[in-house]
Amino acid sequence: MFGLIQALRNKGVLAINRRNAEYTLKHNPRALYPLVDDKLLTKQLALANGIAVPELYWVVEVEGQVRDLPRVLGDRSDFVLKPAHGSGGEGILVIAGKANDKYRKTDGLLLTQEELNHHIFNVLSGLYSLGGQPDKVLVEYRVVFDPIFESISYQGVPDIRIIVFLGIPIMSMVRLPTRMSDGKANLHQGAIGAGIDMRSGRTLTAVWKNDFVTEHPDTGNPVTGVRIPNWDSLLTLAARCYEFATLGYMGVDIVLDRNRGPLILELNARPGLNIQIANNCGLLPRLQLAERYHADLPTVAKRVEFAREHFAAGTC
Amino acid sequence: MNRLHLYSLAAILAVVGMSLFAYKVYVLSFPVFPKTKAQVWNVEARVSFVAQDKPVKVTMFIPAGTRRFAVLDEHFISSGYGLVVSTEGGNRKAAWSIRKARGRQTVYYQAVIRGVRTKPTRTDVEAPEVVARPFEGPKQEAAKSLLQHVKAKSADTPGMVAGLIQMLNKDPLDDRVDLLLGKKPTSRKRAELAVRLLEAAGVPARLVQGIHLQEEKQQFFRKSELLCWIEYHDNKQWQSCDPIRGKTPVPNDWIAWWRGSGELAELSGGEKLKVTVSVSPKLEEGVASAILRGEISKPLLLRFSLFSLPVNTQAVYRVMLLVPIGAFVLVLLRNIVGIKTFGTFMPVLIALAFRESGLLWGLLLFSVVVTLGLVIRFYLERLKLLVVPRLAAVLIVVVGLMAVLSIVSQNLGLHRGLSVALFPMVILTMTIERMSIVWEERGPTEALISGLGSMLTAALAFVVMNVKYIEHLVFVFPELLLVLLALTLLVGRYSGYRLMDLFRFKALSGGGPT
Repeated sequence: MFGLIQALRNKGVLAINRRNAEYTLKHNPRALYPLVDDKLLTKQLALANGIAVPELYWVVEVEGQVRDLPRVLGDRSDFVLKPAHGSGGEGILVIAGKANDKYRKTDGLLLTQEELNHHIFNVLSGLYSLGGQPDKVLVEYRVVFDPIFESISYQGVPDIRIIVFLGIPIMSMVRLPTRMSDGKANLHQGAIGAGIDMRSGRTLTAVWKNDFVTEHPDTGNPVTGVRIPNWDSLLTLAARCYEFATLGYMGVDIVLDRNRGPLILELNARPGLNIQIANNCGLLPRLQLAERYHADLPTVAKRVEFAREHFAAGTC
Repeated sequence: MNRLHLYSLAAILAVVGMSLFAYKVYVLSFPVFPKTKAQVWNVEARVSFVAQDKPVKVTMFIPAGTRRFAVLDEHFISSGYGLVVSTEGGNRKAAWSIRKARGRQTVYYQAVIRGVRTKPTRTDVEAPEVVARPFEGPKQEAAKSLLQHVKAKSADTPGMVAGLIQMLNKDPLDDRVDLLLGKKPTSRKRAELAVRLLEAAGVPARLVQGIHLQEEKQQFFRKSELLCWIEYHDNKQWQSCDPIRGKTPVPNDWIAWWRGSGELAELSGGEKLKVTVSVSPKLEEGVASAILRGEISKPLLLRFSLFSLPVNTQAVYRVMLLVPIGAFVLVLLRNIVGIKTFGTFMPVLIALAFRESGLLWGLLLFSVVVTLGLVIRFYLERLKLLVVPRLAAVLIVVVGLMAVLSIVSQNLGLHRGLSVALFPMVILTMTIERMSIVWEERGPTEALISGLGSMLTAALAFVVMNVKYIEHLVFVFPELLLVLLALTLLVGRYSGYRLMDLFRFKALSGGGPT
């Protein structure tokens, strides 16, 4: 057992106690949490700072408003329902189309208006919000994902998670939905996580349910060595989020839309640690390096350059 | 933030706690180890009633010392009442009276009962004259026939008493006994009948009511049922006898409160009379004597000790002081081991409930209630209810389930079922709700892992909280909580790996994908 502890230490693996004590508690002031915990607020702030986000159609705040939903949606048949205070991807409902009066989920299941309303009521009463306080429902643009991921994801929207520490992108991975994850891009729900080389934007190792994989379990296509387009602009986008959110340690979730390019989905003040497994690399050495040099990196461009130079694959 | 700050704070807390502890042990000689047998008990009788704006007189029997127990430090607590203590027919009686009172009134009798070790001396007692109270009608015949039956099978008085008690408790009841006892026979009715029958047979006998001074097992101050037994005169001595089990004499820790068939308390000028008698083993004599000596040299420290509280409140703190211990176990399991639980302190509350129900039985009840609750919760899911009404519905179902479980186990003869009522039902409801959400969102495996984690944590917390020695330490030396606080603060800054992290990141310890 002590051998194992030593091995993890040597690799610089960051575990939950240390993440909380030395990173989130130290660098993320509690007062800033509402910015990221309320997705509506995040969206408004991002827009104000010229950062692209999925278009917001409507916000449901009280039960009575559901009556207006069909009118607001008009002839849009695909959209996403999202709790403003949700966490871990819970409570998100993706509607891909309509069939008669029913809504079709991405997995093909049909929902009646009543079932959809029930979901909205659940969200409003705080079922998915942190601490169970009453919540709002965001109705927003459904991302049409870039064809690059078409062959390696099963329904849903693959997203790219970048850990940003003091404005410097540290580590990243792409999360690919599988049949098991029900089209959701969360690792604990069964999505694949593939680490990304910070220099080239190519996918490295991939993990699925704590095992290393090289192919997507549902489509059979290779998940490693996939080159993510516009990698530099993605890193820049992530680094710019620090400018308005000012959280020292955060996770930035980005989607690649076919038409609109990279969009910020949400920010996370307590990003998960599985990204280390996906990259087969510990976070600590990179975090310590960033902490040492961040004062010398005043601009976004410099920070991105620093990341591409120091956090390339093979540096851990 | 500032590690030095934290370490010095923890060090100060630990040093203060340990020095107080050392001071109490070495200077005030508080006992570090609990004594195995309590020899001193606090007894309290609380008499409450509603006065009717008239002269009030309330009388109550109070215990007299016996050969085995001395009654000391008696206190009669009553405001404005006159008090007369008298002795009649070998019983002691306290009478409180006041010219006018209205509303709810409460008077207290408190005493310390101490076991005394005296050599058994034999003093002969003259037999009192027997005044038989004849039975009426058919009962007369039944009594006569019963006595003849018993007498025919015995050679002497003890034999006859034993035979009689056997008859009174035979299952099914003998027809004659059934007639004499009347409806709903209680142990008191049995004892009264035994006395009356013995008197009819010419044996001097009397009813005794008293309390059970329990040791060890019962650490808590709790309501004490009055016990009933009989005494009969034989061989120039009063012999006691348990009217249910027929044991002669009665156990050593039964102490007589009063003799005769009178009620414990009587009231005139009021209504709704209620008397509760409570007994608690008083903590070791060592503590008491330490306090006595301490009162002279260091009054402040001791005036502010838990021993200055009323016994009732002391008992509450006995349990309450264990909660931090349970919480600390939880902290260790969650932050060092990394076990997942539902709710932060739910396992500690469940562990408290286990104290009443016992570990295995408690775990069983917990699993049964949660499992059934989950089934119903999944059904409710299909009805598409709003969250708060759904939670309330689950709560109602949980309460109902607990009632049904109690009734079923009672009818199966499992008396422990009754203790289910002490289970924190709101906590159970929230557990069911969270478990069902985790079940749906993350799958049954996650839900079961957290469920089992909660149970394991509760069980471990229970085991630790149930160690008598720990209970003794925190109650006699509550300053040790400062040390516990220091430890908790230190764990709060523990940034190393949790045991579970090792499994989670195990893949990272090797060379990578193969």
